[in-house]
Amino acid sequence: MFVEDVLTGAVRYGASVLYATQGELIAERSGIVNLGTEGSMLCGALAGFAVAAETGSALPGVFAGLIAGALLALVHAYVVINRGANQLAAGLAITFLGLGLTAAIGTSYVDRRIDGLGEAPIPLLSDIPLFGNFLFSHDLLTYGALLLAPLLWWFLFRTRWGLLLRATGEDPEVVHAYGHSPQKIRYLATVAGGALAGLGGAQLVLAFTLNWVENATAGRGFVALALVIFAAWKPLRAMLGAFVFGGAAALQLQLQARGIDVSSFVLEMVPYVLTLLVLAIASWRGGQQMPAGLKAVFDSGRAR
Amino acid sequence: MSRRPRPLTAVAAVLMCSATVAACGSDSGSSSSSSGGAKTTTVGFLYVGPKNDFGYSQAAGKGAAEVAKLPGVKILEAENVPETSEAARVMEKMIRDGATIIFPTSYGHLEPALTVAKRHPDVIFEHQGGLKNSTNLGSYFGAIYEAQYLTGIAAGHATKSNKLGYVVAFPIPQTLLNINAFELGAKSVNPKVTTTVVFTSNWCDPGKQAEATNSLVAQKVDVISQHQDCTKTIVETAERKGVDSVGYHADASSLAPKGWLTGSLWNWGPIYTDIVKTIIAGQWKGSKYDGQYRVGIEDPTIQVAPFGKAVSAAVQAQIKAKEKAMRAGTFKPFTGPITDQAGKVRIPAGQSPDRTKLEATDYLVQGVTGKIPSS
Repeated sequence: MFVEDVLTGAVRYGASVLYATQGELIAERSGIVNLGTEGSMLCGALAGFAVAAETGSALPGVFAGLIAGALLALVHAYVVINRGANQLAAGLAITFLGLGLTAAIGTSYVDRRIDGLGEAPIPLLSDIPLFGNFLFSHDLLTYGALLLAPLLWWFLFRTRWGLLLRATGEDPEVVHAYGHSPQKIRYLATVAGGALAGLGGAQLVLAFTLNWVENATAGRGFVALALVIFAAWKPLRAMLGAFVFGGAAALQLQLQARGIDVSSFVLEMVPYVLTLLVLAIASWRGGQQMPAGLKAVFDSGRAR
Repeated sequence: MSRRPRPLTAVAAVLMCSATVAACGSDSGSSSSSSGGAKTTTVGFLYVGPKNDFGYSQAAGKGAAEVAKLPGVKILEAENVPETSEAARVMEKMIRDGATIIFPTSYGHLEPALTVAKRHPDVIFEHQGGLKNSTNLGSYFGAIYEAQYLTGIAAGHATKSNKLGYVVAFPIPQTLLNINAFELGAKSVNPKVTTTVVFTSNWCDPGKQAEATNSLVAQKVDVISQHQDCTKTIVETAERKGVDSVGYHADASSLAPKGWLTGSLWNWGPIYTDIVKTIIAGQWKGSKYDGQYRVGIEDPTIQVAPFGKAVSAAVQAQIKAKEKAMRAGTFKPFTGPITDQAGKVRIPAGQSPDRTKLEATDYLVQGVTGKIPSS
């Protein structure tokens, strides 16, 4: 069924972007812009694939992906928090570092074969018409993606730690005065963000393509960066954006498979245009949403 | 709270990382040599992807390995060379390391190669598929669509739904020719067969490849062929979904023990070695390689891949007979009347255009579902 195909495609294709988007959202909520998201995704993808290939099991690959993404983000955290480097420049450098490292190390894994995570349909629920396939017939990492945004929303807006994180992004001096270390919180947020981006990369290779190639993420990390801004730093809206992007990307291929008479060049734009449109409408009356601490980053490139 | 700015840190980080990227773009090259004559000739090969991509670069790498076996020849290789000025940098380095013959094997390596060729008139360049030449840069390529016609016959027999799928990167003459040949071959044995095309707008994005394959399978397509740089994801995804594969560039039968039918392969060894021998003998100038050299199915460069279990002996014999007729020149796959999607006659009855004319193909034949963006 067409609608079902599109929805399933949206979750399958959007999950990796969703992980990276939520990861970046956490970092930016703390006042750190990490343009290294693409690099963390790539490191997560390669580490996940390599470990799955070496161990013959995808599950250790999930953890490897998480750790690799976190490690690369740790470099960003150190450079911008301890050394006071320009966040935008450092982030881009991190992405190129990830791209270069994974291309060099990953060459020997291009022809390796893995089993992947495998689908684990949830009994009964997966038989529900329309919803069964796209919500309840996935693998571990894709289920995780579905749960991630609500969990993150709850964490950010309903817990004390979430409040601290947001406060750090708004006004670190207040957090400092309150007896907490903004640096420590930013460290944690940046590294957690990298870990999620790593999971996104791992989802891509372990649950979806089951293959590693150079630049396997093909810009998905940069899509995630844009989504955070257009989703006005709100987890649920970011989830909507990621799934609209994934759905439209899947849709344009599905429409071609259905033989639609539209230029592939036009179809190629659909995911970007549609995602912008949906998020623009979703933020219609939003007003100014950016964490105050980020203004300084975009003005001078440095956190306050 | 604010720290003293340290712009230098960021700059240093950027420099460090670009160095890393540059390094892995080029210097992963290995070399092998065989001793023989007193003087060693060094030949450089540039690949756009890794040599184990079950695709374009793998095919080129296999050919280079044949060159390495020549006596008195040493090869330099660089994988993952982007189609940018980076390719020029890699070629310059190979020349510094002694290369006097360079094979830039990817289409987009042509412009950088022309630039470097101008600076080094004593080095000979042989580009794979180039449509431009210079005094020391020739090109060679093959009409692989002739093999794709033959693989289409296997697909036409194998399909039960009469729906074939074709995952393509971009609509360019080369890919359109392959799609057309595939559909014509399939239709020659199964008049009801159609081919649905999905363009991915990328030469190697496994995410898109997987989703394109899934989308085609959802539309009851049961044989999938492709024109991508890396072929592994599509062949594997098709196998998992239980549909058949027709491979491209390189033999990927090991990835699909159940569904592999056959494929169109490059066998670059003979042509590479002959080019190198011609150059070493000092006979390149004015030879067939000094210009745009093109071969077809009659040449060992273009091959039909080994058949999978799903192809019966009778079908194999039929394909082999057609291949023989094509080699002898008694059968040409693009023989009119051939009509395009709109029903317009593109090749009039009885006519069969030569390869140069065919290389300007800008239409899809009747029976193909897919849209070429109008220019």
